[in-house]
Amino acid sequence: MATSVSDPSQKHQRREHGLMLALVSPALLVVLALIVLPVGWLAWQSIYHDGFTLENYRRVFTEDIYWRSFALTFQISLAVTLIALLLGYPLAYLANSLPKGWGIFILSLVMLPFWTSVLVRAYAWLVLLQRSGVINQFLRHLELVSEPLALVHNTFGTVVATVHILLPFMVLPLYATMQKIPNDLMQAGASLGASPSLTFLRVFLPLSLPGVLAGCTMVFVLCLGFYITPELLGGGRTVMVSMLVSRNVELYNQFGAASAVAVVLLLSVLVIFFAVSRFISLDRVLGHK
Amino acid sequence: MTTKRNSGFGYALLGASISAVALGTAADAAEQITFVSQGGAYQQAQTVAILDPSAKKLGITINQDSIPDAWPAIKTQVGSGKPIWDVVDTPTGYCLRGGEQGLIEKLDFSKIPNAAAMPEAYRSPYSVSYEFYSSVLAYSQKTFPKDAPNSWVDFWDVKKFPGRRALRNHPIATLEAALMADGLAPDKLYPLDVDRAFKKLEEIKPHITVWWTSGAQSAQLLNDGEVDMEMAWNGRVSAVAKEGAKVSFTYNQGILQSTSLCILKGAPNLGTAVKFINEAVDPVHQANLPLHIDYGPGNPKAFETGVIKPERATQLPSEPANAAKQALMSYAWWSSPAGEAAEKRWASFMQK
Repeated sequence: MATSVSDPSQKHQRREHGLMLALVSPALLVVLALIVLPVGWLAWQSIYHDGFTLENYRRVFTEDIYWRSFALTFQISLAVTLIALLLGYPLAYLANSLPKGWGIFILSLVMLPFWTSVLVRAYAWLVLLQRSGVINQFLRHLELVSEPLALVHNTFGTVVATVHILLPFMVLPLYATMQKIPNDLMQAGASLGASPSLTFLRVFLPLSLPGVLAGCTMVFVLCLGFYITPELLGGGRTVMVSMLVSRNVELYNQFGAASAVAVVLLLSVLVIFFAVSRFISLDRVLGHK
Repeated sequence: MTTKRNSGFGYALLGASISAVALGTAADAAEQITFVSQGGAYQQAQTVAILDPSAKKLGITINQDSIPDAWPAIKTQVGSGKPIWDVVDTPTGYCLRGGEQGLIEKLDFSKIPNAAAMPEAYRSPYSVSYEFYSSVLAYSQKTFPKDAPNSWVDFWDVKKFPGRRALRNHPIATLEAALMADGLAPDKLYPLDVDRAFKKLEEIKPHITVWWTSGAQSAQLLNDGEVDMEMAWNGRVSAVAKEGAKVSFTYNQGILQSTSLCILKGAPNLGTAVKFINEAVDPVHQANLPLHIDYGPGNPKAFETGVIKPERATQLPSEPANAAKQALMSYAWWSSPAGEAAEKRWASFMQK
């Protein structure tokens, strides 16, 4: 008797699952054909070139330049993530607490440069930061500096431009999380006698942490693969991992030497995701509630 | 006969060139080839100076394609067993490397008399010089109105010539400059003493503001006054000067580099391709090239045709008097194991 009652709903559920799968399958096929297969093929090249070889990995793990590049890439990514968080959190907080219209205005200011090409923004920063650039001319006009400051063609310029490019990836998840924090909670805190700063620290901040984690993970991971910005603004000395990938294609005339570097980077990203997922479920980082 | 021009980049256009080839065959049974260069103003200049006249004279159709970096495409096309391109205009080093790896046809110079008449240093078993450019010492005339740096020794002399400097983020031509700064004569550089070159580079490294990666970047640095002197390609400097910037350069101790013509292994129109190469390095066609762009002819006989006026000739990198002041790059050395090792060493030099 019990089965006959639950049968229709189970059947319905199964049919719904089937429909979902059918709807998702074109997208899955595209992902498989355009991402999984090529990445798998590249990874295969890194261990197979006229027979199995670990030469490409030996090089990555024994030669100095790879270590230096990986270390620099992680340092830059960490710095960019922290700066983006310090800039992005107050911005998202403001957008969240202001009346709707103002909030959208602030968000669109954040998003506007997002629709400009990375290349154009890199050149725009060059115009601002270089020796004869707007900022240096302004500083010299005010006689604050006697010699132009070296603001670009170094790691500093790279970090500034990268923060600018990645800021939306910090602000948007933060804003989305903050939107979901009920205002009643803050009022409840206030009614129990807590000062605004205490309610913020004890109620709002902890509740916004999933957004912080989501934003930081996004920015950090995206920054690890940055190429054009350090290439144009790093002055040649800021060699990030992605630049090693492209250099290795030229130097070794085969994709394996380059894909080994990419595979190591991919694995380190997966390790980071794994570590983060120990603290918080991945579903929340990726935006599900 | 006409030349068909497919503008744009690489693979996207392969389809277009295939259909162009197919149409050509249907329309008439005339011979044809697919020629590939690097696009932009450079390819346009060639079309007017060399490609259209060659097509007309030989009665063939030249289908054009362009790609900024032909090397990966050469590898993939020949690897597939059915290349689509016939003749490629690419930095000479790729022709040599391709020849060693079996990707490029060996040339029969008895069928290419125009090339056979060129100096031996201007060709290889796989390639013929097509045009010359030079890595020169360029400087700002604002910073140096009178006593300008005139050699790599001057470039390295930060006391006598204070100022911000840039070099290319690449060992090719840069190691040559370092050795000349260390006192070697331009014609005594090869085989390069790599250790000595890197040691000399360590000396100047703290004074280099930017290691540039693209020609556009080198032009911007000079134009905006970001650097006072740098190594740059002659065409880039003269373009900036034409725009009105107070910049100049010297051919003294320049490094003379070339692109060459070579034929893909198993090219679909091998016979016609060989005929085309002979025509393309014809002294008169070659002499027409510098009338349209700041590159020098690959065939030095072009200077004897009278097509290039003397005042124009003195501006060109491969003009005999200018060439005599410069080092002729040895692509054979750079594609040798020693050259490849030097290229790999560059990255660790940069990151230290």
